[in-house]
Amino acid sequence: MTSAGRTSATPIRRDSPPGFDVEKIREDFPILRVMAHGKPLVYLDNAATSQKPQVVIDRLREYYRAENANIHRGIHYLSERATEAYEDARAAVARFLNAAEPREIVFVRSTTEAINLVAQSYARPRLQPGDEVVISAMEHHSNIVPWQIVCEQTGAILRVVPINDAGELVLAEYERLLGPRTKFVAMVHVSNALGTVTPVRRIVELAHSRGVPVLLDGAQAAPRLPVDVRALDCDFYAFSGHKAYGPTGIGALYGKASLLEAMPPYQGGGDMILSVTFEKTLYNVIPFKFEAGTPHISGGIGLGAAVDYVSGIGLERIAAYEGDLLAYATDALAAIPGVRLIGTAKEKVGVLSFVLEGVHAHDVGTILDREGIAIRTGHHCAMPVMQRFGVPATARASLAFYNTRAEIDALAAAMHKVRELFG
Amino acid sequence: MSDLRDLYQEVILDHNKAPRNFHRLEGANRTAEGHNPLCGDQVRVYVLLADDRIGNIAFQGSGCAISKASASLMTASVKGKTRAEAEALFHAFHKMVTGEGGAAFDAGGLGKLAAFSGVREFPIRVKCATLPWHTLRAALEGRQEPVSTE
Repeated sequence: MTSAGRTSATPIRRDSPPGFDVEKIREDFPILRVMAHGKPLVYLDNAATSQKPQVVIDRLREYYRAENANIHRGIHYLSERATEAYEDARAAVARFLNAAEPREIVFVRSTTEAINLVAQSYARPRLQPGDEVVISAMEHHSNIVPWQIVCEQTGAILRVVPINDAGELVLAEYERLLGPRTKFVAMVHVSNALGTVTPVRRIVELAHSRGVPVLLDGAQAAPRLPVDVRALDCDFYAFSGHKAYGPTGIGALYGKASLLEAMPPYQGGGDMILSVTFEKTLYNVIPFKFEAGTPHISGGIGLGAAVDYVSGIGLERIAAYEGDLLAYATDALAAIPGVRLIGTAKEKVGVLSFVLEGVHAHDVGTILDREGIAIRTGHHCAMPVMQRFGVPATARASLAFYNTRAEIDALAAAMHKVRELFG
Repeated sequence: MSDLRDLYQEVILDHNKAPRNFHRLEGANRTAEGHNPLCGDQVRVYVLLADDRIGNIAFQGSGCAISKASASLMTASVKGKTRAEAEALFHAFHKMVTGEGGAAFDAGGLGKLAAFSGVREFPIRVKCATLPWHTLRAALEGRQEPVSTE
Protein backbone atom coordinates (compact mmCIF):
# COMPACT_ATOMS: atom_id res chain seq x y z
CA MET A 1 0.00 0.00 0.00
CA THR A 2 1.56 3.30 -1.05
CA SER A 3 0.86 6.68 0.46
CA ALA A 4 -0.28 7.87 -2.95
CA GLY A 5 -2.93 5.14 -2.92
CA ARG A 6 -4.23 6.17 0.47
CA THR A 7 -4.48 9.87 -0.33
CA SER A 8 -5.93 9.47 -3.83
CA ALA A 9 -8.79 11.94 -4.13
CA THR A 10 -10.90 9.93 -6.57
CA PRO A 11 -11.30 6.29 -5.65
CA ILE A 12 -10.87 4.02 -8.62
CA ARG A 13 -13.81 1.68 -9.19
CA ARG A 14 -12.40 -1.76 -9.75
CA ASP A 15 -13.96 -5.09 -10.47
CA SER A 16 -11.55 -7.11 -8.39
CA PRO A 17 -9.00 -6.62 -5.64
CA PRO A 18 -5.55 -5.64 -6.79
CA GLY A 19 -3.50 -8.40 -8.30
CA PHE A 20 -6.46 -10.58 -9.18
CA ASP A 21 -7.17 -10.40 -12.88
CA VAL A 22 -10.55 -12.12 -13.10
CA GLU A 23 -10.87 -11.56 -16.84
CA LYS A 24 -7.63 -13.42 -17.39
CA ILE A 25 -8.79 -16.23 -15.12
CA ARG A 26 -12.05 -16.51 -17.04
CA GLU A 27 -10.05 -17.32 -20.14
CA ASP A 28 -8.94 -20.51 -18.41
CA PHE A 29 -12.55 -21.76 -18.33
CA PRO A 30 -13.85 -22.38 -21.85
CA ILE A 31 -17.40 -23.16 -20.68
CA LEU A 32 -17.83 -19.57 -19.50
CA ARG A 33 -18.20 -18.59 -23.17
CA VAL A 34 -21.35 -20.72 -23.54
CA MET A 35 -24.63 -18.94 -24.23
CA ALA A 36 -27.65 -20.09 -22.20
CA HIS A 37 -31.08 -19.33 -23.70
CA GLY A 38 -29.34 -16.79 -25.92
CA LYS A 39 -27.78 -14.94 -22.97
CA PRO A 40 -24.18 -15.09 -21.74
CA LEU A 41 -23.96 -17.86 -19.15
CA VAL A 42 -23.77 -16.59 -15.57
CA TYR A 43 -22.74 -19.66 -13.64
CA LEU A 44 -23.60 -19.29 -9.96
CA ASP A 45 -24.07 -22.95 -9.07
CA ASN A 46 -20.50 -23.61 -7.98
CA ALA A 47 -21.46 -25.26 -4.72
CA ALA A 48 -23.18 -27.97 -6.78
CA THR A 49 -20.21 -28.39 -9.07
CA SER A 50 -17.49 -26.09 -10.33
CA GLN A 51 -16.44 -25.60 -13.92
CA LYS A 52 -13.19 -27.05 -15.21
CA PRO A 53 -10.14 -25.08 -16.34
CA GLN A 54 -8.54 -25.90 -19.68
CA VAL A 55 -5.51 -27.46 -17.92
CA VAL A 56 -7.76 -30.11 -16.36
CA ILE A 57 -9.57 -30.80 -19.61
CA ASP A 58 -6.21 -31.05 -21.41
CA ARG A 59 -4.81 -33.36 -18.74
CA LEU A 60 -7.71 -35.80 -19.11
CA ARG A 61 -7.36 -35.75 -22.87
CA GLU A 62 -3.62 -36.26 -22.68
CA TYR A 63 -4.01 -39.21 -20.34
CA TYR A 64 -6.37 -41.01 -22.70
CA ARG A 65 -4.37 -39.92 -25.74
CA ALA A 66 -0.91 -40.99 -24.60
CA GLU A 67 -0.84 -42.65 -21.18
CA ASN A 68 -3.87 -44.90 -20.73
CA ALA A 69 -3.09 -48.23 -19.07
CA ASN A 70 -3.99 -50.03 -15.89
CA ILE A 71 -1.88 -49.11 -12.90
CA HIS A 72 0.13 -50.80 -10.14
CA ARG A 73 0.56 -54.07 -12.01
CA GLY A 74 1.73 -53.57 -15.55
CA ILE A 75 5.20 -54.46 -16.61
CA HIS A 76 5.04 -52.28 -19.67
CA TYR A 77 5.91 -48.69 -20.50
CA LEU A 78 2.40 -47.26 -20.52
CA SER A 79 1.44 -48.86 -17.25
CA GLU A 80 4.48 -47.34 -15.61
CA ARG A 81 3.63 -43.93 -16.98
CA ALA A 82 -0.02 -44.18 -15.87
CA THR A 83 1.02 -45.39 -12.41
CA GLU A 84 3.48 -42.56 -12.06
CA ALA A 85 0.91 -39.97 -13.14
CA TYR A 86 -1.66 -41.38 -10.72
CA GLU A 87 0.77 -41.42 -7.81
CA ASP A 88 2.00 -37.92 -8.71
CA ALA A 89 -1.62 -36.81 -8.45
CA ARG A 90 -1.86 -38.36 -5.00
CA ALA A 91 1.22 -36.40 -3.99
CA ALA A 92 -0.36 -33.24 -5.41
CA VAL A 93 -3.47 -33.79 -3.28
CA ALA A 94 -1.28 -34.44 -0.24
CA ARG A 95 0.49 -31.10 -0.84
CA PHE A 96 -2.88 -29.40 -1.38
CA LEU A 97 -4.05 -30.48 2.09
CA ASN A 98 -0.56 -30.32 3.61
CA ALA A 99 -0.74 -33.98 4.58
CA ALA A 100 2.47 -35.44 6.00
CA GLU A 101 2.70 -38.15 3.35
CA PRO A 102 0.96 -39.11 0.11
CA ARG A 103 -0.03 -42.49 1.60
CA GLU A 104 -2.43 -40.60 3.86
CA ILE A 105 -4.51 -39.76 0.78
CA VAL A 106 -7.06 -42.37 -0.29
CA PHE A 107 -8.69 -41.78 -3.66
CA VAL A 108 -12.45 -42.28 -3.47
CA ARG A 109 -15.42 -41.45 -5.68
CA SER A 110 -16.59 -38.47 -3.67
CA THR A 111 -16.87 -36.86 -0.27
CA THR A 112 -19.87 -39.12 0.25
CA GLU A 113 -17.80 -42.25 -0.30
CA ALA A 114 -15.04 -40.94 1.94
CA ILE A 115 -17.49 -40.43 4.82
CA ASN A 116 -19.07 -43.85 4.28
CA LEU A 117 -15.61 -45.39 4.31
CA VAL A 118 -14.76 -43.83 7.67
CA ALA A 119 -18.19 -44.66 9.11
CA GLN A 120 -17.88 -48.32 8.14
CA SER A 121 -14.16 -48.98 8.50
CA TYR A 122 -13.23 -46.74 11.39
CA ALA A 123 -16.36 -46.15 13.42
CA ARG A 124 -18.39 -49.32 13.01
CA PRO A 125 -15.93 -51.77 14.62
CA ARG A 126 -15.44 -49.37 17.54
CA LEU A 127 -19.01 -48.32 18.35
CA GLN A 128 -20.91 -50.02 21.16
CA PRO A 129 -24.60 -49.68 21.98
CA GLY A 130 -25.15 -46.34 23.75
CA ASP A 131 -22.00 -44.74 22.30
CA GLU A 132 -22.50 -41.38 20.64
CA VAL A 133 -21.57 -39.82 17.31
CA VAL A 134 -21.75 -36.01 17.15
CA ILE A 135 -22.65 -34.10 13.98
CA SER A 136 -24.11 -30.61 13.45
CA ALA A 137 -27.53 -29.33 12.40
CA MET A 138 -26.10 -27.99 9.14
CA GLU A 139 -24.69 -31.17 7.67
CA HIS A 140 -25.26 -32.21 4.09
CA HIS A 141 -27.23 -35.47 3.91
CA SER A 142 -23.94 -37.18 3.07
CA ASN A 143 -22.66 -36.42 6.55
CA ILE A 144 -25.90 -37.49 8.23
CA VAL A 145 -27.07 -40.69 6.58
CA PRO A 146 -23.78 -42.68 6.81
CA TRP A 147 -23.81 -42.02 10.57
CA GLN A 148 -27.47 -42.96 10.89
CA ILE A 149 -26.65 -46.24 9.15
CA VAL A 150 -23.69 -47.00 11.40
CA CYS A 151 -25.74 -46.06 14.48
CA GLU A 152 -28.44 -48.46 13.37
CA GLN A 153 -25.83 -51.17 12.87
CA THR A 154 -24.17 -50.70 16.25
CA GLY A 155 -26.82 -49.30 18.59
CA ALA A 156 -24.91 -46.02 18.87
CA ILE A 157 -26.76 -42.71 19.13
CA LEU A 158 -26.51 -39.71 16.83
CA ARG A 159 -26.27 -36.36 18.62
CA VAL A 160 -26.79 -33.08 16.77
CA VAL A 161 -25.19 -29.75 17.66
CA PRO A 162 -27.73 -26.96 17.05
CA ILE A 163 -27.15 -23.80 15.01
CA ASN A 164 -28.31 -20.27 15.81
CA ASP A 165 -30.47 -17.97 13.67
CA ALA A 166 -27.45 -16.75 11.73
CA GLY A 167 -26.58 -20.33 10.84
CA GLU A 168 -23.60 -20.57 13.18
CA LEU A 169 -22.67 -23.60 15.22
CA VAL A 170 -23.55 -23.15 18.89
CA LEU A 171 -20.14 -23.98 20.28
CA ALA A 172 -21.29 -24.13 23.91
CA GLU A 173 -23.82 -26.82 22.96
CA TYR A 174 -21.13 -28.73 21.12
CA GLU A 175 -18.97 -28.66 24.21
CA ARG A 176 -21.93 -29.81 26.31
CA LEU A 177 -22.68 -32.68 23.93
CA LEU A 178 -19.12 -34.00 24.11
CA GLY A 179 -19.43 -36.56 26.87
CA PRO A 180 -18.00 -39.83 28.09
CA ARG A 181 -20.03 -41.74 25.48
CA THR A 182 -18.88 -39.59 22.55
CA LYS A 183 -16.80 -41.79 20.27
CA PHE A 184 -16.69 -39.75 17.07
CA VAL A 185 -17.27 -36.25 15.72
CA ALA A 186 -18.15 -35.65 12.06
CA MET A 187 -18.52 -32.00 11.18
CA VAL A 188 -18.88 -29.84 8.12
CA HIS A 189 -16.11 -27.29 7.46
CA VAL A 190 -18.22 -25.05 5.20
CA SER A 191 -22.00 -25.46 5.00
CA ASN A 192 -23.23 -26.01 1.44
CA ALA A 193 -26.64 -24.55 2.25
CA LEU A 194 -25.57 -21.55 4.37
CA GLY A 195 -21.97 -20.79 3.53
CA THR A 196 -21.05 -20.85 7.23
CA VAL A 197 -17.43 -21.61 8.05
CA THR A 198 -17.37 -23.67 11.23
CA PRO A 199 -14.67 -23.13 13.89
CA VAL A 200 -12.90 -26.33 12.90
CA ARG A 201 -9.74 -25.75 14.91
CA ARG A 202 -11.75 -25.38 18.11
CA ILE A 203 -14.01 -28.30 17.15
CA VAL A 204 -10.99 -30.57 16.80
CA GLU A 205 -9.31 -29.22 19.94
CA LEU A 206 -12.36 -29.79 22.11
CA ALA A 207 -12.88 -33.31 20.77
CA HIS A 208 -9.22 -34.24 21.14
CA SER A 209 -9.13 -33.00 24.71
CA ARG A 210 -11.59 -35.83 25.34
CA GLY A 211 -9.78 -38.31 23.13
CA VAL A 212 -12.43 -38.20 20.40
CA PRO A 213 -11.36 -38.33 16.72
CA VAL A 214 -12.81 -35.90 14.18
CA LEU A 215 -13.74 -36.12 10.52
CA LEU A 216 -14.22 -32.86 8.63
CA ASP A 217 -16.42 -32.69 5.55
CA GLY A 218 -14.44 -30.36 3.32
CA ALA A 219 -16.52 -30.62 0.15
CA GLN A 220 -17.23 -26.87 0.13
CA ALA A 221 -14.17 -25.71 2.05
CA ALA A 222 -11.38 -27.29 0.03
CA PRO A 223 -12.13 -25.24 -3.12
CA ARG A 224 -12.55 -22.01 -1.15
CA LEU A 225 -10.15 -21.85 1.81
CA PRO A 226 -6.57 -22.88 2.50
CA VAL A 227 -6.78 -26.26 4.23
CA ASP A 228 -3.90 -27.53 6.33
CA VAL A 229 -4.83 -30.87 7.86
CA ARG A 230 -1.75 -30.91 10.03
CA ALA A 231 -2.43 -27.47 11.47
CA LEU A 232 -6.08 -28.45 12.02
CA ASP A 233 -4.91 -31.76 13.47
CA CYS A 234 -8.13 -33.39 12.20
CA ASP A 235 -8.09 -37.16 11.95
CA PHE A 236 -9.95 -37.38 8.64
CA TYR A 237 -10.69 -34.82 5.95
CA ALA A 238 -12.88 -35.49 2.92
CA PHE A 239 -13.44 -33.54 -0.29
CA SER A 240 -14.69 -34.03 -3.84
CA GLY A 241 -12.79 -33.35 -7.03
CA HIS A 242 -15.64 -31.92 -9.03
CA LYS A 243 -16.35 -29.08 -6.61
CA ALA A 244 -12.63 -28.23 -6.63
CA TYR A 245 -12.33 -27.62 -10.40
CA GLY A 246 -11.51 -31.28 -11.09
CA PRO A 247 -13.44 -34.14 -12.70
CA THR A 248 -16.57 -35.81 -11.34
CA GLY A 249 -16.35 -39.30 -9.88
CA ILE A 250 -13.17 -38.67 -7.92
CA GLY A 251 -12.56 -37.41 -4.42
CA ALA A 252 -10.02 -37.79 -1.67
CA LEU A 253 -10.01 -38.91 1.91
CA TYR A 254 -7.15 -37.75 4.11
CA GLY A 255 -6.60 -39.91 7.17
CA LYS A 256 -3.77 -39.94 9.67
CA ALA A 257 -1.54 -42.87 8.71
CA SER A 258 -1.77 -44.50 12.13
CA LEU A 259 -5.58 -44.52 11.95
CA LEU A 260 -5.75 -45.75 8.35
CA GLU A 261 -3.32 -48.53 9.16
CA ALA A 262 -5.47 -49.76 12.02
CA MET A 263 -8.64 -49.84 9.90
CA PRO A 264 -9.97 -52.87 8.06
CA PRO A 265 -10.53 -52.54 4.28
CA TYR A 266 -13.75 -50.93 3.08
CA GLN A 267 -14.15 -53.05 -0.04
CA GLY A 268 -12.42 -56.22 -1.16
CA GLY A 269 -10.99 -56.88 -4.58
CA GLY A 270 -7.94 -56.41 -6.73
CA ASP A 271 -5.15 -53.97 -5.89
CA MET A 272 -5.98 -53.96 -2.18
CA ILE A 273 -4.20 -57.23 -1.46
CA LEU A 274 -0.62 -58.45 -1.09
CA SER A 275 -1.47 -62.12 -1.50
CA VAL A 276 -4.60 -64.19 -1.75
CA THR A 277 -5.19 -67.84 -1.00
CA PHE A 278 -8.54 -69.37 -0.20
CA GLU A 279 -7.40 -69.70 3.39
CA LYS A 280 -5.97 -66.24 4.00
CA THR A 281 -5.62 -62.90 2.28
CA LEU A 282 -2.96 -60.39 3.22
CA TYR A 283 -4.07 -56.81 2.69
CA ASN A 284 -1.99 -54.25 0.93
CA VAL A 285 -0.47 -51.26 2.74
CA ILE A 286 -2.23 -47.91 2.92
CA PRO A 287 -3.59 -46.21 0.89
CA PHE A 288 -3.96 -49.17 -1.52
CA LYS A 289 -5.78 -51.24 1.10
CA PHE A 290 -8.73 -48.89 0.56
CA GLU A 291 -8.59 -48.76 -3.22
CA ALA A 292 -10.06 -52.06 -4.34
CA GLY A 293 -10.49 -52.55 -8.07
CA THR A 294 -9.23 -50.46 -10.94
CA PRO A 295 -9.67 -46.87 -9.75
CA HIS A 296 -10.79 -43.77 -11.62
CA ILE A 297 -7.27 -43.28 -12.99
CA SER A 298 -7.99 -40.35 -15.29
CA GLY A 299 -10.10 -38.75 -12.55
CA GLY A 300 -7.27 -38.95 -10.04
CA ILE A 301 -4.83 -37.49 -12.54
CA GLY A 302 -7.33 -34.76 -13.44
CA LEU A 303 -7.81 -33.96 -9.77
CA GLY A 304 -4.05 -33.61 -9.40
CA ALA A 305 -4.05 -31.08 -12.24
CA ALA A 306 -6.98 -29.24 -10.64
CA VAL A 307 -5.42 -28.83 -7.20
CA ASP A 308 -2.13 -27.72 -8.80
CA TYR A 309 -4.05 -25.14 -10.83
CA VAL A 310 -5.90 -23.85 -7.77
CA SER A 311 -2.71 -23.80 -5.68
CA GLY A 312 -1.01 -21.92 -8.50
CA ILE A 313 -3.51 -19.10 -8.08
CA GLY A 314 -3.32 -19.46 -4.30
CA LEU A 315 -6.14 -20.28 -1.91
CA GLU A 316 -5.50 -17.12 0.14
CA ARG A 317 -5.99 -14.98 -2.97
CA ILE A 318 -9.03 -16.99 -4.00
CA ALA A 319 -10.56 -16.61 -0.53
CA ALA A 320 -9.90 -12.87 -0.55
CA TYR A 321 -11.40 -12.38 -4.01
CA GLU A 322 -14.45 -14.50 -3.26
CA GLY A 323 -14.89 -12.74 0.09
CA ASP A 324 -14.96 -9.39 -1.66
CA LEU A 325 -17.47 -10.71 -4.19
CA LEU A 326 -19.60 -12.22 -1.40
CA ALA A 327 -19.83 -8.84 0.33
CA TYR A 328 -20.82 -7.22 -2.96
CA ALA A 329 -23.44 -9.91 -3.67
CA THR A 330 -24.82 -9.77 -0.13
CA ASP A 331 -25.41 -6.03 -0.48
CA ALA A 332 -26.92 -6.47 -3.94
CA LEU A 333 -29.41 -9.12 -2.79
CA ALA A 334 -30.23 -7.36 0.48
CA ALA A 335 -31.20 -4.27 -1.54
CA ILE A 336 -33.96 -6.19 -3.34
CA PRO A 337 -37.30 -5.76 -1.54
CA GLY A 338 -38.68 -9.02 -0.16
CA VAL A 339 -35.37 -10.91 -0.25
CA ARG A 340 -34.34 -12.66 2.95
CA LEU A 341 -30.89 -14.18 3.23
CA ILE A 342 -30.75 -17.55 4.96
CA GLY A 343 -27.35 -17.93 6.56
CA THR A 344 -25.73 -14.75 7.82
CA ALA A 345 -22.83 -16.13 9.80
CA LYS A 346 -19.96 -13.80 10.59
CA GLU A 347 -17.53 -16.39 9.23
CA LYS A 348 -18.93 -17.12 5.82
CA VAL A 349 -17.81 -17.90 2.28
CA GLY A 350 -19.40 -17.44 -1.16
CA VAL A 351 -22.74 -19.17 -0.73
CA LEU A 352 -25.91 -17.03 -0.77
CA SER A 353 -29.08 -18.86 0.16
CA PHE A 354 -32.16 -16.69 -0.04
CA VAL A 355 -35.92 -16.62 -0.30
CA LEU A 356 -38.09 -14.03 -2.01
CA GLU A 357 -41.34 -13.23 -0.24
CA GLY A 358 -44.35 -14.65 -2.06
CA VAL A 359 -42.32 -16.45 -4.72
CA HIS A 360 -41.19 -20.06 -4.46
CA ALA A 361 -37.48 -20.71 -5.04
CA HIS A 362 -38.29 -23.00 -7.95
CA ASP A 363 -40.02 -20.18 -9.82
CA VAL A 364 -37.08 -17.88 -9.09
CA GLY A 365 -34.78 -20.52 -10.56
CA THR A 366 -36.80 -20.88 -13.77
CA ILE A 367 -36.93 -17.14 -14.39
CA LEU A 368 -33.22 -16.68 -13.68
CA ASP A 369 -32.44 -19.59 -15.99
CA ARG A 370 -34.12 -17.79 -18.88
CA GLU A 371 -31.76 -14.90 -18.20
CA GLY A 372 -28.81 -17.27 -18.57
CA ILE A 373 -28.23 -17.38 -14.80
CA ALA A 374 -27.60 -20.80 -13.26
CA ILE A 375 -28.43 -21.11 -9.57
CA ARG A 376 -29.67 -24.01 -7.50
CA THR A 377 -33.08 -24.16 -5.91
CA GLY A 378 -34.48 -26.66 -3.45
CA HIS A 379 -33.31 -28.10 -0.16
CA HIS A 380 -29.65 -28.51 -1.20
CA CYS A 381 -29.48 -32.01 0.29
CA ALA A 382 -29.76 -30.37 3.70
CA MET A 383 -33.42 -30.82 4.61
CA PRO A 384 -32.79 -30.34 8.37
CA VAL A 385 -31.35 -26.89 7.58
CA MET A 386 -34.50 -25.96 5.67
CA GLN A 387 -36.61 -27.14 8.62
CA ARG A 388 -34.45 -25.13 11.03
CA PHE A 389 -35.19 -21.94 9.10
CA GLY A 390 -38.83 -22.83 8.41
CA VAL A 391 -38.57 -22.70 4.62
CA PRO A 392 -39.38 -25.53 2.19
CA ALA A 393 -36.59 -24.51 -0.16
CA THR A 394 -34.21 -21.68 -0.92
CA ALA A 395 -32.60 -20.24 -4.01
CA ARG A 396 -28.83 -20.50 -3.77
CA ALA A 397 -26.23 -18.53 -5.67
CA SER A 398 -22.75 -19.88 -5.03
CA LEU A 399 -19.61 -18.11 -6.14
CA ALA A 400 -16.30 -19.11 -7.65
CA PHE A 401 -13.22 -17.00 -8.32
CA TYR A 402 -14.18 -16.70 -12.00
CA ASN A 403 -17.40 -14.86 -11.14
CA THR A 404 -17.53 -11.09 -11.45
CA ARG A 405 -19.38 -8.12 -10.03
CA ALA A 406 -21.02 -7.71 -13.44
CA GLU A 407 -22.50 -11.19 -13.02
CA ILE A 408 -23.84 -10.24 -9.59
CA ASP A 409 -25.40 -7.17 -11.22
CA ALA A 410 -27.06 -9.50 -13.75
CA LEU A 411 -28.39 -11.62 -10.88
CA ALA A 412 -29.84 -8.57 -9.16
CA ALA A 413 -31.42 -7.33 -12.40
CA ALA A 414 -32.99 -10.74 -12.97
CA MET A 415 -34.35 -10.75 -9.43
CA HIS A 416 -36.12 -7.50 -10.22
CA LYS A 417 -37.68 -9.27 -13.23
CA VAL A 418 -38.93 -12.02 -10.92
CA ARG A 419 -40.61 -9.42 -8.74
CA GLU A 420 -42.08 -7.70 -11.77
CA LEU A 421 -43.52 -10.95 -13.15
CA PHE A 422 -45.00 -12.01 -9.84
CA GLY A 423 -46.24 -8.50 -9.12
CA MET B 1 -39.79 -12.56 -21.09
CA SER B 2 -42.24 -13.81 -23.74
CA ASP B 3 -41.76 -17.53 -23.05
CA LEU B 4 -41.88 -16.81 -19.33
CA ARG B 5 -45.23 -15.11 -19.85
CA ASP B 6 -46.34 -18.28 -21.67
CA LEU B 7 -45.42 -20.29 -18.59
CA TYR B 8 -46.65 -17.86 -15.97
CA GLN B 9 -49.94 -16.90 -17.54
CA GLU B 10 -52.22 -14.53 -15.66
CA VAL B 11 -54.61 -17.27 -14.61
CA ILE B 12 -51.69 -19.25 -13.14
CA LEU B 13 -50.36 -16.24 -11.25
CA ASP B 14 -53.86 -15.57 -9.98
CA HIS B 15 -54.43 -19.13 -8.74
CA ASN B 16 -50.95 -19.13 -7.16
CA LYS B 17 -51.75 -15.99 -5.22
CA ALA B 18 -55.31 -16.92 -4.32
CA PRO B 19 -55.65 -20.69 -4.61
CA ARG B 20 -59.22 -22.04 -4.72
CA ASN B 21 -60.38 -24.94 -2.52
CA PHE B 22 -57.21 -24.46 -0.49
CA HIS B 23 -58.14 -25.99 2.83
CA ARG B 24 -58.66 -29.22 4.66
CA LEU B 25 -61.90 -30.93 3.62
CA GLU B 26 -63.95 -32.14 6.57
CA GLY B 27 -65.82 -35.31 5.75
CA ALA B 28 -63.49 -36.31 2.91
CA ASN B 29 -63.52 -40.05 2.33
CA ARG B 30 -60.47 -40.16 0.09
CA THR B 31 -57.12 -38.45 0.64
CA ALA B 32 -53.55 -38.82 -0.55
CA GLU B 33 -50.27 -37.02 -0.23
CA GLY B 34 -47.89 -36.15 -3.04
CA HIS B 35 -44.28 -35.05 -2.84
CA ASN B 36 -41.79 -33.76 -5.37
CA PRO B 37 -38.38 -34.40 -3.83
CA LEU B 38 -36.64 -32.30 -6.50
CA CYS B 39 -38.06 -29.02 -5.24
CA GLY B 40 -39.78 -29.98 -2.00
CA ASP B 41 -43.31 -29.45 -3.29
CA GLN B 42 -45.87 -31.12 -1.07
CA VAL B 43 -49.59 -31.47 -1.65
CA ARG B 44 -52.43 -33.26 0.10
CA VAL B 45 -55.63 -33.78 -1.84
CA TYR B 46 -58.97 -34.42 -0.10
CA VAL B 47 -61.89 -35.89 -2.01
CA LEU B 48 -65.48 -36.54 -1.06
CA LEU B 49 -66.40 -39.33 -3.44
CA ALA B 50 -70.09 -40.17 -3.69
CA ASP B 51 -71.60 -42.55 -6.25
CA ASP B 52 -68.36 -42.49 -8.24
CA ARG B 53 -68.61 -38.74 -8.51
CA ILE B 54 -66.25 -36.14 -7.00
CA GLY B 55 -68.78 -34.38 -4.82
CA ASN B 56 -66.21 -32.10 -3.25
CA ILE B 57 -62.45 -31.65 -3.39
CA ALA B 58 -59.83 -29.52 -1.67
CA PHE B 59 -56.07 -29.43 -1.18
CA GLN B 60 -53.37 -28.20 1.15
CA GLY B 61 -49.64 -27.97 0.83
CA SER B 62 -46.73 -25.84 -0.25
CA GLY B 63 -44.98 -25.54 -3.53
CA CYS B 64 -44.02 -23.45 -6.50
CA ALA B 65 -46.48 -21.34 -8.47
CA ILE B 66 -46.94 -24.04 -11.09
CA SER B 67 -47.79 -26.80 -8.65
CA LYS B 68 -49.99 -24.62 -6.49
CA ALA B 69 -51.92 -23.17 -9.42
CA SER B 70 -52.18 -26.61 -10.97
CA ALA B 71 -53.70 -28.02 -7.77
CA SER B 72 -56.08 -25.07 -7.52
CA LEU B 73 -57.26 -25.29 -11.12
CA MET B 74 -57.48 -29.06 -10.91
CA THR B 75 -59.84 -28.94 -7.96
CA ALA B 76 -62.02 -26.40 -9.77
CA SER B 77 -62.02 -28.54 -12.94
CA VAL B 78 -62.85 -31.94 -11.50
CA LYS B 79 -65.46 -30.94 -8.94
CA GLY B 80 -68.70 -32.67 -9.86
CA LYS B 81 -67.02 -34.95 -12.41
CA THR B 82 -67.15 -38.75 -12.36
CA ARG B 83 -63.96 -40.67 -11.82
CA ALA B 84 -63.80 -41.58 -15.51
CA GLU B 85 -64.27 -37.94 -16.53
CA ALA B 86 -61.53 -36.82 -14.14
CA GLU B 87 -59.25 -39.53 -15.50
CA ALA B 88 -59.88 -38.41 -19.09
CA LEU B 89 -59.11 -34.83 -18.08
CA PHE B 90 -55.84 -35.94 -16.50
CA HIS B 91 -54.78 -37.73 -19.69
CA ALA B 92 -55.54 -34.72 -21.84
CA PHE B 93 -53.72 -32.44 -19.37
CA HIS B 94 -50.74 -34.76 -19.26
CA LYS B 95 -50.55 -34.83 -23.03
CA MET B 96 -50.59 -31.06 -23.18
CA VAL B 97 -47.89 -30.38 -20.57
CA THR B 98 -45.52 -33.06 -21.81
CA GLY B 99 -45.98 -32.01 -25.41
CA GLU B 100 -46.98 -35.55 -26.40
CA GLY B 101 -49.95 -34.14 -28.22
CA GLY B 102 -47.61 -32.26 -30.57
CA ALA B 103 -47.90 -28.65 -31.68
CA ALA B 104 -51.38 -29.26 -33.06
CA PHE B 105 -52.69 -30.38 -29.66
CA ASP B 106 -56.17 -29.04 -29.16
CA ALA B 107 -56.53 -27.81 -25.60
CA GLY B 108 -60.15 -26.89 -26.29
CA GLY B 109 -61.61 -29.56 -24.02
CA LEU B 110 -59.43 -28.49 -21.11
CA GLY B 111 -61.05 -25.16 -20.38
CA LYS B 112 -58.97 -23.06 -17.96
CA LEU B 113 -56.43 -25.88 -17.68
CA ALA B 114 -55.19 -24.79 -21.11
CA ALA B 115 -53.27 -22.10 -19.19
CA PHE B 116 -50.63 -24.77 -18.57
CA SER B 117 -49.82 -25.21 -22.26
CA GLY B 118 -46.58 -23.22 -21.76
CA VAL B 119 -45.22 -25.88 -19.41
CA ARG B 120 -44.18 -28.08 -22.34
CA GLU B 121 -41.40 -25.59 -23.12
CA PHE B 122 -40.04 -26.14 -19.57
CA PRO B 123 -39.54 -29.91 -19.27
CA ILE B 124 -38.22 -29.81 -15.70
CA ARG B 125 -41.44 -28.11 -14.59
CA VAL B 126 -43.74 -30.86 -15.93
CA LYS B 127 -43.53 -32.67 -12.59
CA CYS B 128 -44.69 -29.54 -10.78
CA ALA B 129 -47.80 -29.33 -12.96
CA THR B 130 -48.65 -33.03 -12.75
CA LEU B 131 -47.96 -33.64 -9.04
CA PRO B 132 -51.48 -32.65 -7.89
CA TRP B 133 -53.01 -34.86 -10.58
CA HIS B 134 -50.95 -37.89 -9.61
CA THR B 135 -51.96 -37.25 -6.03
CA LEU B 136 -55.63 -37.03 -6.99
CA ARG B 137 -55.39 -40.36 -8.80
CA ALA B 138 -53.77 -41.94 -5.74
CA ALA B 139 -56.61 -40.61 -3.61
CA LEU B 140 -59.24 -41.97 -5.97
CA GLU B 141 -57.53 -45.35 -6.07
CA GLY B 142 -57.31 -45.40 -2.28
CA ARG B 143 -53.52 -45.80 -2.26
CA GLN B 144 -51.93 -45.41 1.16
CA GLU B 145 -48.27 -44.63 0.45
CA PRO B 146 -47.38 -41.06 -0.51
CA VAL B 147 -46.98 -40.31 -4.21
CA SER B 148 -43.55 -39.23 -5.38
CA THR B 149 -42.71 -37.74 -8.74
CA GLU B 150 -39.31 -39.44 -8.69
